[in-house]
Order: sequence, then C-alpha cells, then structure tokens
Amino acid sequence: MEYNLMREFADSWGLVAMALFFVGAVAFALRPGSRKLADEAARIPLEDE
Amino acid sequence: MKFGTHIFALSLFTFAAFVAAGFGVDAPFRQHMWVLFLVLLGFVAILLRNTNFAPAVAVDPSAYMDGPIRYGAIATMFWGVVGMLVGVVIALQLAYPDLNIQPWFNFGRLRPLHTSGVVFAFGGNALLCTSLYVVQRTCRARLFGGDLAWFVFWGYQLFIVMAATGYLLGITESREYAEPEWYVDIWLTIVWVAYLVLFLGTILRRKEPHIYVANWFYLSFIVTIAMLHVINNLSMPASFLGSKSYSAFSGVQDALTQWWYGHNAVGFFLTAGFLGMMYYFVPKQANRPVYSYRLSIIHFWAIIFLYIWAGPHHLHYTALPDWAQTLGMVFSIMLWMPSWGGMINGLMTLSGAWDKLRTDPIIRMMVMAIAFYGMSTFEGPMMSIKAVNSLSHYTDWTIGHVHSGALGWVGMISFGAIYFMVPKLWNRERLYSLRLVTWHFWLATLGIVVYAAVMWVSGIMQGLMWREYDEQGFLVYSFAETVAAMHPYYVMRAIGGAMYLSGALIMAWNIAMTILGYQREEQPMPGSVPALQPAE
Repeated sequence: MEYNLMREFADSWGLVAMALFFVGAVAFALRPGSRKLADEAARIPLEDE
Repeated sequence: MKFGTHIFALSLFTFAAFVAAGFGVDAPFRQHMWVLFLVLLGFVAILLRNTNFAPAVAVDPSAYMDGPIRYGAIATMFWGVVGMLVGVVIALQLAYPDLNIQPWFNFGRLRPLHTSGVVFAFGGNALLCTSLYVVQRTCRARLFGGDLAWFVFWGYQLFIVMAATGYLLGITESREYAEPEWYVDIWLTIVWVAYLVLFLGTILRRKEPHIYVANWFYLSFIVTIAMLHVINNLSMPASFLGSKSYSAFSGVQDALTQWWYGHNAVGFFLTAGFLGMMYYFVPKQANRPVYSYRLSIIHFWAIIFLYIWAGPHHLHYTALPDWAQTLGMVFSIMLWMPSWGGMINGLMTLSGAWDKLRTDPIIRMMVMAIAFYGMSTFEGPMMSIKAVNSLSHYTDWTIGHVHSGALGWVGMISFGAIYFMVPKLWNRERLYSLRLVTWHFWLATLGIVVYAAVMWVSGIMQGLMWREYDEQGFLVYSFAETVAAMHPYYVMRAIGGAMYLSGALIMAWNIAMTILGYQREEQPMPGSVPALQPAE
C-alpha cells in the first residue's frame, strides 16, 4: 500500500471513525439511566471480603 | 511427580543455554548465556529439591490464587530497592565522575539498569501482582490457567535478570526504555502473551457480570504494551547466536518508532496500569466507592484515544515532519483534560472522609500520589509546547519532570497498594508499624520535592546557558562550563534520591516484619482512636 493512500485514509475516514467511536463511548457512559448502574458498578470492590 | 514437566522443560532450556554459551559468536553473548545457564541451573536445582511423588493435592477452584501475588509483592519491594539504589549511584557518578568503575559499572551501563530496574522491575512487578490481585477480587474468580500465573511471574523475573546483566555486559539496542537485545525481547514477548491469556482468561470466567473499571485500565496496559514492544523491537539479528541486531527502521522513522514506543510506555505502562491500581486501592483503603464511576469510564476512553499520538513531542525541532511535531504537541495538550478529570476523580473519592488524611498514612500516600499525577500531567503538556520545549529539551528539567511522575505518582501509588495488600495476603491483622509508614511518607515526599526543585533550577539554568549569545552572535558558554555549573545541583539531587531510597528501605523493613508476623508496640496515630469522655 502506498504511503499517500494510507495517510489520506488516516486523516479522513480513520479520523472520523475514531472520533465517532469516542463520542459514542462518552454518550453511552452518560446515557439516561446509567447513573444507577454506574453506582452499582462502583461498589464492586467494596462488596468483596 | 510434582514439577515433573517443569523440571524436564527447564533442563532442556538450561542445556540450550549451555550450548549457546559454547557456540556464541561474540564474547558478550557467550558471557550472557553463561549467566542464563547458571540462573536456570539454580532454578532446576531448587525444583528438584522441592519435588515429591505424593499425589497432587486438589486445589479449591473457588479460592483465590494468591501465591504468585505474594511473591510479586516481595519482588516489587526487592527490585524497588535495587533500582532506586542504582539511581542514587548514578546520581553520584554524575556529581563525582571518579565513581565510574570501568567497564561494567560506568554511567552508560548503569543508567539503563536504573531506568529498567525502576520502570520494569519495580513498576512491572507492582503492576503484575496488583493486577492479578484486583482481577480476581473484582471478577470473583480464581486465576485462569493453573500454573500459568507462576510461569508469568518467574518468566518476567528471568526477563529482568537477563536485561539487567545484559546492560552490565555492554549488550544494548540503545533504544530508550527498550535496551534489551533481540533474544531477550523474544522471551518477553512470550511471557507477555502468557500474561494476556492469564488476565483475559480470568475476566472471561468472572462471576460478576460487570467488568470493573480498574480491569479496563490493566487490560489496556497489557494489550498496548504488547503492541508497542513488538513493533518497536522489530529487528534483524546479525547472527543466530550473537548479541547484535539491526532495527527494521532507519533514520527518522526509527526515531519516531522509538518515541511512539517511549511515550506510550509512559502512557500505558506508567499511567494506565497505575490508574487501574488507583481505581481499586484508593476506594478500598478509603472504604468508599470511587467519586464518579461514569467519569472513570470517560477518563479511560479519553486516555486511550489521546495518549497514543503524543510521542512526537519528544522529537521537536528534529528531522521529523513539522505536522507530526505539531500533532504530538496538540494531543499532549489535549491530555490535560482526561488527566485532570482522573485526578479529580481519585481525590474526590475521599470527599466526606478527609479526616482519614490525618489518621491514615496509607491514604496520605495515595493522595500524594494522585497529587503528583496531576502535577506531572500538567507539567508534561506544558513542556510539549514547542516554545517551552526549545528551552527544556535535553536539559535536566526533563529528568526532573520524569521523576516527579515516577517517584511521586508511580512510586507512591505502588507503595500504598503494597501496604494495603501485604497484611491481607499474609492474613495479618495490620502492618508491623503505621508510624514507619509515616516516616516513609515524609522521607519520600521531601525527597521528591528536593529532587524536582533542584532539577528545575539546574535544567532551566542549563537551557539558558546553552542558548546564551553575545552581541557578536557567539555562544557565551562552552559545554563543559554548563556541566561544571551543575555540580552543586547534582550533589543535591543525589541527596533527594537518597532520602527517597531510605524511605523505601524503611518500607522494606516494615513489610518484612509484617510478613514475619510481628506487630510493633506503638502509640496509635493521633485521632484514630476517639478520645474517651468522662461520664456525666
């Protein structure tokens, strides 16, 4: 594969895909109703032993 | 027969080392193979003395496997003291060049011994043992793969011994934080893949439906280090039984590969892995859940997406294309936000329990670690700005920055985790002495402050002297003059390092006495026991 082709792919579709994934991950973490689940998950280490 | 296959496989390995010691094409390789041969021979002898023919005792599959973690805690402490001691020695060598003992103990060979010793031997063992401790307890599952954890532990120690002795023999690839030669790199790859299988396998057999965020950080550390290690060490050995290899890359591509590796070793080894430690041990020691679990998830993804691009800031004003330098700078600056988000998350876990800072020296140590995490992740992006970098680069300021992160963040959070784990791993009621933890805390903190402050002064002075021109455009100072000007700072730096080392020695004593089952008679920490009120 040629360098320029990879470079163009990286700073167009590659960039868009990663940005979307990141935004999606943040949106998923903050989705409605996640607070209760997150509070439960946060207690995982404390419920042991 | 207990250890039967282990003894057989190791004997073959020992014999191979013996053959390589005979047929090696260069003297350092032959010496290195003698070291390997003797180490493996000793190991086989130990296994032979501990074997027996009694039927194997069945293991309880629901019990946690803590044997390798106990060994790992001791190894962390041992390598920590060794690595820090070598650090003090090379600090003194810089101040007093007569201390260079040729050829094995000169600065050039001891310096990678120090960096690998503290990063990979101390930090690596701390990550290894805490990750196995945390993954079992947050997944509520025994480690996967039977003796695989023992292979990972001993395999990693063998890597450390081979890397360290190789440096002293003068075997090096000269790649920052990746100096071991090709055959040691291959061995580490095998051990690391086994570690990944061990960790992932344990996660897959979890009884807790959710994977706790600390495991995300640990897993990202394991996966990324595997990728970085393999690509950075792509090289062609000059011979099958020789210690020399040549990198697959050349010129600026090689430089960029090295710093892509080098900075992500900082980002994923020294940051992501230790953040995993923070997200488990700070809530445990404070006995409170993490301040915001959702923030910890955003912290994770932001670190993952940003860190990997920051490497080019190590190559400002070099042959690297300008856009790549700017890219590295921009991503480094963006890292401010997740780093500080994570710092706030760690610190705020204590909200409502700040009084613990007064009574619990272990919490104090963890809070100091998080404070240094925040401070060094503020300083780093600032130094990555090209204009600042033109002053700071190649000076002692960089060394000071690295040490505020390494001693302050990595060291302190590891000490806190070990202090937390050891009484639990050996079923002791408490540590031998909390007063000694307070001593350790203050010696370490003051040591870092001395170290970092001295390096700021010396680094900025050095940078200013290098760029000082007179009115006719000539450089004012020769290089040797800048070195001479730094002598007092080098002496003070060694003192700061010695304070940090003495704190670690106190810790080693405290940990050893705890393991042996002693408890020191001492006054409780002020405020930890409520004062009795007379009845009215």
